[in-house]
Amino acid sequence: MNDVPLVEMRNIHKRFGGVHAVNGVCVDLYPGEVVGVLGHNGAGKSVLMKVLSGANPLDDGEIHIAGKKVTIANPREARALGIETIYQTLALADNLNAPANLFLGREILTAFGTLNDDAMESEARKVIQRLNPNFTNIVSPVKTMSGGQRQSVAIARAIYFDAKILIMDEPTAALGPQETRMVAGLIKQLKSEGIGIFLISHDIHDVFDLADRVMVMKNGRQIGTRRTSEVTKDQVLGMIILGKLPEEGTEEDLKGFH
Amino acid sequence: MPDQTQTAETEANLFRRFIQVTKLDTRMLAMMGALFFIWLVFTIMTDGIFLTPRNLFNLTVQSTVVGIMATGMVLVIVARHIDLSVGSLLGFTGMVIAWFQVEVFPLGAAWNWPLTVVIGLACGALLGAWQGYWVAYRGVPAFVVTLAGLLMFRGGAWLVTEGRTIAPMDPDYQMLGGGIDGSIGATWSWILGGLAIIALIGGSVYARIRRQRFGFGVKPMWAEVGLIVVGSALVIGFVMVMNAYTLPRTDTPRGIPVPVLILIVVVIAMALMARITRFGRYVFAMGGNPEAAELSGIDVKKNTLMVFIVMGVLCGIAAVVTTARLNAGANSMGLMAELSVIAAAVIGGTSLAGGIGTITGAILGAVIMQSLENGMVLLGVSSAMRQVTIGLVLIAAVWFDSVYNKNRR
Ligand SMILES: Nc1ncnc2c1ncn2[C@@H]1O[C@H](COP(=O)(O)OP(=O)(O)OP(=O)(O)O)[C@@H](O)[C@H]1O
Ligand SMILES: [Mg+2]
Repeated sequence: MNDVPLVEMRNIHKRFGGVHAVNGVCVDLYPGEVVGVLGHNGAGKSVLMKVLSGANPLDDGEIHIAGKKVTIANPREARALGIETIYQTLALADNLNAPANLFLGREILTAFGTLNDDAMESEARKVIQRLNPNFTNIVSPVKTMSGGQRQSVAIARAIYFDAKILIMDEPTAALGPQETRMVAGLIKQLKSEGIGIFLISHDIHDVFDLADRVMVMKNGRQIGTRRTSEVTKDQVLGMIILGKLPEEGTEEDLKGFH
Repeated sequence: MPDQTQTAETEANLFRRFIQVTKLDTRMLAMMGALFFIWLVFTIMTDGIFLTPRNLFNLTVQSTVVGIMATGMVLVIVARHIDLSVGSLLGFTGMVIAWFQVEVFPLGAAWNWPLTVVIGLACGALLGAWQGYWVAYRGVPAFVVTLAGLLMFRGGAWLVTEGRTIAPMDPDYQMLGGGIDGSIGATWSWILGGLAIIALIGGSVYARIRRQRFGFGVKPMWAEVGLIVVGSALVIGFVMVMNAYTLPRTDTPRGIPVPVLILIVVVIAMALMARITRFGRYVFAMGGNPEAAELSGIDVKKNTLMVFIVMGVLCGIAAVVTTARLNAGANSMGLMAELSVIAAAVIGGTSLAGGIGTITGAILGAVIMQSLENGMVLLGVSSAMRQVTIGLVLIAAVWFDSVYNKNRR
């Protein structure tokens, strides 16, 4: 991994009124790499990712995409840079069906410039089939769907448009074991295609299996970044809970977790 | 006993299957049922006067102004906003049209009335844009902006002529309001009816071919044919009724009134806008989940502005029909119309929570409201009692809607 990083976020700051949600965080991501972002609830993981996806433009700091400094002022600009996002809240319009949500903002049009709903349905079926073969009733409003089906729609939307950079904020929170395995397989496949992935999850086992590196946040600050091959799960837990790097943590501190 | 329950059950299943296969909106069917019931009751109570061609003709013309504006109100409410100013906007735009036509431009010039129509629509668009700007780009709630509009435009309508009524309008222009000469006659009515039926058949064949090309399921043939037959019967019935009402002291059929044609064009345009354009899709997405719309890269502000511009243009069209029908510009035009328009949209199934509503539903809502009004007038019910009744119907409709939605989920 000696080539240029796909994403380089330098000294990112984001405040909401008095809350310093992201406080001087640096992180990078290489092609074909999965970087896990870990931290307790409210650590600032989602806000950091929304800085990259254009939902929360940064207050201070720099973002470089493939070596070029960029400004990302809104979700449209992020998408134009090849950044696709699965939001923790899924960000689906409940009253629309799955194909409409999948193509929202990027509809397939007919020769007359009108919506080509049939083509969108057909494409949506193909991509959703890959994720969740049991999910066929895709043309009813999303609000009538189960949590897992909704999540499948959000994932399908992120992978359909040939992303270069994929942000997955708790992508499997609502999925069953079988669907979670399919998503894990999908992540591996996307990785082999050279896509860079930020993966946020509370399941440290999942992250450990899939991520090349993990970045740990606490109260908006960055504790550190480590290769998963060089640390143990307990050491990462120590980073998450105590906010101490593996070198600083003592065996006694870690015993408390067992 | 067991037999009886079994038949009831299969009947219910059959109905459900019918709905599923035809993909008909059950809510729409319920509304048609309600309308049918209202018509039945009024027909019985008025000894059939309600159902005479003359009354149905008037009822149709009376529904047009509210109907035209209700189609736009659907978009406004679907996008989670409201427009309280539509009545005043109609009033002001109408006064502007009348003033230009009667007092500014030379009387009798052929270009006079067409130009005033353009001015009216532009005026509606401009005022709509003004309101949309405050809502979309300045973040003032639509309720406040359009409440201010309700006051300002009504005041503006008075200021145009210091409250004077202006008349008469150009004789050709009056046709747009559907007076004595304001219908298209029997032949043209039949031609248009025929075209509508051809469009109905063509549309369903086209949809069928497209779905088959993608390998999707299609409706069974009997359902497809059944829907076309019912639709065609409605078209033919409508043309027959409009042709059955004759000009005074003659046997000459009137045919479809021009304002009704305007309404039909508006409904088709708005329904297409809502269903097959990006703009329509975005309005629904914004209403369903504004945050998701924003995150999907939709320019929510621009689309909100557009919604109010469309509403303004529709108010302009409604102002044209109103001044033409009235053959004058008067200050009271459109007074309280906002209430009928919002009620029509809501009775027609538009959810005030946003994200849900149909153009055709709003038209049915407008016809239901106008039928109640018209029927009660025939029965000699006082204006006070009519207001009470329509208020109660509004509550009942929304209550029914919430019960219906709860049962469905
Ligand atoms: N739009 C917002 N307005 C104000 N404060 C916000 C906003 N979004 C996030 N915050 C605050 O920023 C902090 C970090 O939130 P964030 O959503 O990034 O947490 P997280 O690490 O994703 O947590 P979780 O694991 O629960 O998803 C929290 O204190 C939260 O209250
Ligand atoms: Mg989060």
